[in-house]
Amino acid sequence: MQASLSLSVSNPAAIPRSSHGFESSIPFPSKPVNLRFCGLRREALGFSSASSYPLSTSRSSRSIARSNKVSASLGGANGSSSAPKSFDYDLIIIGAGVGGHGAALHAVEKGLKTAIVEGDVVGGTCVNRGCVPSKALLAVSGRMRELQNEHHLKALGLQVSAAGYDRQGVADHANNLATKIRGNLTNSMKALGVDILTGFGAVLGPQKVKVGKDTVVTAKDIIIATGSVPFVPKGIEVDGKTVITSDHALKLEFVPDWIAIVGSGYIGLEFSDVYTALGSEVTFVEALDQLMPGFDPEIGKLAQRVLINPRKIDYHTGVFATKITPANNGKPVTIELIDAKTKEPKETLEVDAALIATGRAPFTNGLGLENINVATQRGFIPVDERMRVIDSNGDLVPHLFCIGDANGKMMLAHAASAQGISVVEQLTGRDHVLNHLSIPAACFTHPEISMVGLTEPQAREKAELEGFEVAVAKTSFKANTKALAENEGEGLAKLIYRPDNGEILGVHIFGLHAADLIHEASNAIALGTRIQDLKLAVHAHPTLSEVLDELFKSAKVNAHVGSSPVAEPVAV
Amino acid sequence: MASASSSLLSKVPTSSANTISFSASLSPALPLFPSQFHLRRHRKTGNALRVQSKIREIFMPALSSTMTEGKIVSWIKSEGDLLSKGESVVVVESDKADMDVETFYDGILAAIVVPEGESAPVGAPIGLLAETEEEIAEAKAKAASAGGSSPAPAPAAAAAAPAVSPSPPATAASAPPPPPRPADGPRKTVATPSAKKLAKQHKVDISKVVGTGPFGRVTPGDIEAAAGIVSTKPNVAAPAVAAQSAPVAAPKVASAPSTPALPGSTVVPFTTMQSAVSKNMLESLSVPSFRVGYPITTDALDALYEKVKPKGVTMTALLAKAAAMALAQHPVVNASCKDGKSFTYNSNINIAVAVAINGGLITPVLQDADKLDLYLLSQKWRELVEKARAKQLQPNEYNSGTFTLSNLGMFGVDRFDAILPPGQGAIMAVGASKPTVIADKDGFFSVKNKMLVNVTADHRIVYGADLAAFLQTFSKIIENPESLTM
Repeated sequence: MQASLSLSVSNPAAIPRSSHGFESSIPFPSKPVNLRFCGLRREALGFSSASSYPLSTSRSSRSIARSNKVSASLGGANGSSSAPKSFDYDLIIIGAGVGGHGAALHAVEKGLKTAIVEGDVVGGTCVNRGCVPSKALLAVSGRMRELQNEHHLKALGLQVSAAGYDRQGVADHANNLATKIRGNLTNSMKALGVDILTGFGAVLGPQKVKVGKDTVVTAKDIIIATGSVPFVPKGIEVDGKTVITSDHALKLEFVPDWIAIVGSGYIGLEFSDVYTALGSEVTFVEALDQLMPGFDPEIGKLAQRVLINPRKIDYHTGVFATKITPANNGKPVTIELIDAKTKEPKETLEVDAALIATGRAPFTNGLGLENINVATQRGFIPVDERMRVIDSNGDLVPHLFCIGDANGKMMLAHAASAQGISVVEQLTGRDHVLNHLSIPAACFTHPEISMVGLTEPQAREKAELEGFEVAVAKTSFKANTKALAENEGEGLAKLIYRPDNGEILGVHIFGLHAADLIHEASNAIALGTRIQDLKLAVHAHPTLSEVLDELFKSAKVNAHVGSSPVAEPVAV
Repeated sequence: MASASSSLLSKVPTSSANTISFSASLSPALPLFPSQFHLRRHRKTGNALRVQSKIREIFMPALSSTMTEGKIVSWIKSEGDLLSKGESVVVVESDKADMDVETFYDGILAAIVVPEGESAPVGAPIGLLAETEEEIAEAKAKAASAGGSSPAPAPAAAAAAPAVSPSPPATAASAPPPPPRPADGPRKTVATPSAKKLAKQHKVDISKVVGTGPFGRVTPGDIEAAAGIVSTKPNVAAPAVAAQSAPVAAPKVASAPSTPALPGSTVVPFTTMQSAVSKNMLESLSVPSFRVGYPITTDALDALYEKVKPKGVTMTALLAKAAAMALAQHPVVNASCKDGKSFTYNSNINIAVAVAINGGLITPVLQDADKLDLYLLSQKWRELVEKARAKQLQPNEYNSGTFTLSNLGMFGVDRFDAILPPGQGAIMAVGASKPTVIADKDGFFSVKNKMLVNVTADHRIVYGADLAAFLQTFSKIIENPESLTM
């Protein structure tokens, strides 16, 4: 569980704000890209050593029947008083991604009899097609970048002869990592006694789930955790070879000389880091007026100066890609751009490949939501702050929850997991509301970007509304001994806070290992620790964590140490 | 104030670390429009002509040495705002950082020429400053007309700036208007992101470059070729990958350009002086040079040297004086070729003499060596050497040479050739004077002191016959040295 949480900082799960705008202006395609169901056979084999060909419902129903017996006896022992009949399970989770996995492990710990339904492969997007394999590629790109930076190496007194790479080797590393993490996830659930039901899950009615074609399982509570798929705006033809989504890009089947990346959020930015390190040139296509729209403007600007301007990258902002045609018959990939505001045609790009990174769309089709009178909003399942599903009349659907990308609250793997844990807490008698403002996010470029809480404009808007004062403190990595020892002094940490009571509103970091540094701030927000108390905390010297130490110390808080009561976390 | 009119770029005083003032003056094209220049002078002298003279332009400042264009991050002031001297007006983003730019003058921000988010080259007008409200409308009209013609005039102004040098009028007379872009219509140039960046950096017009990449696109290599750069491609990783699925990739890196240092060897970085020498020597490779040697008997010179030595005259001074006198008769050897297109005849004869000092090499210059007498020259030389030892030479005391003398005779070297320093037409290498058996025209042998001199010259301007004639004159002076003392 620890492992699964710590590796889960998501990139593809994130939906950049630009794509929100994009989606709202272009209707969601009626049929999401259907790539996920091919893993059924593999999963069946992984599930049990019994080699039963052909794969049939009889086998899966047999396995369900077996678990039925067990659960029947258990159910009898429990003698659940609230329910009129006995259930197969206390909790059934549809989707074994990071969110479902986190919920399942916590449920078992709390003594719930739990099953998890997976129609594809265990691990979901994050492990198989998202944050995990992309980290493998970024680990390679980071090293390539270092080895190619002669100036940097020379400053350290290092001499390295030409750095090169083997594409297949890099791709294998990413694939092996995904396989390994998937194995860890599967084993951890099996070891704890979570039943993994293989098949596509759908809600049949209250407390009833269909798995595969005709197996019906009942559970006291149901969590939907079906996640998301890459969002492809209409007009874009994805052929999986020259016009690709992150799903294909992570397989690294080829490294184009020149690739256009549509969308400059987390996903696009990370891939630009990978591709430029491997020798590609990159052109960004961004619908909004500036790159990296989801980030704090100041951080975004600095990041652009370091991650975009000096690299072989150019960009077109304020444009939509209305039509993208894959390379064919000796012709390059063509991308037709129109002005985002005037809708006038602007320009046609000719490149070797295009990566569609316009965000992610919830994967909720075929979930049987009509059976329980739930209508999705742009594909997202509406939920309240406790992840309880809301039906089309605005009423809560009893015993049904939705976590993760499918509810769209915060499309990050670790957010899904946190939401799942929060639901299990509620199911086991402890009311819990997750504070989304305490959930950190990170972008694993070189150097990294991380953030938690509000951006400066958001904080100022909130301050205006609620009538409090906002202050900003900043520290540079240039003043940090460890960063200078690494010769990586480029970076900035920014703290947005209330000077009247020392509450942290947001922290944004751009610099070496920023993704690891953010947790001191996110924990402080989650626990309601005030800056005046953090100032007294001790940091080992010399470490990068002193960047945050400096940051907190440079904040000017009017309140006295320890005088402010710890505030309750606020829900969003 | 008056200085503001001369140069836009060099007059950007830094008032604080993060704040830069822009210099404002009448027009970026000032040197091109003398009439406006006069207008401005009028105003200065008090004849307040109420014409457009009070509208000043705010220029894109150069915030760093590498900055070629800047982006307007935000206008702190908006049109119509009153400005007072020293106030921040606009935030400009350079390649390095964002900086507040403040105004030199009081006035009213009449018009914003370059709006937020847009870029302008360094020196281009980005806004207009009016002194009074009446002028705002006029400034706006001006801004509107300027908007039409885009920032094109700015680079032209920059190009015209170096016209200060008193060079033949033909060259700088009128900067020709930028040639119209070849309007061969719809042909679209596709250039990769890196190619575009390089083109900007090296000021290459992409539309004129023929792309050799896939689908005829312009690649970084094409730009480098167009800019005349020899690509020092530092092992781009990609090509190695393109190779098929070769499982072993290691042996491909055979092209190690530099041999690794032997174990135990020490690497000592260049001092500043050594770096300068290295740079100068490399530069000389671009000059087509040739060498001509000449034997000279020195018995008469040696006799003279013995006579004047007690008066403090050195051999260096004697040789410098002799060379200077010969150069006076052969001005082409004292000329230099600066641009590859013209002769620059130097008005002075300044003899630089190479001296080994503290592990380095420096060339103190005996200025006007042809005009000074031997004794003054010797005295001057002693001063220069002392200054050189104390590292107190002023730049014009070591870089103003028009001809260089290098003498290794004192080591017993009988002949050598020297490398031509940049910016000079010729350098003379002097060997040792040695007793030599010489047959005269009647066939009688005698033993005389003979030295070999060897002159290296820039063949673009100095031809073989020129050099031979110069050497002949030089040898006559050395062989009949009485003129040296006059």
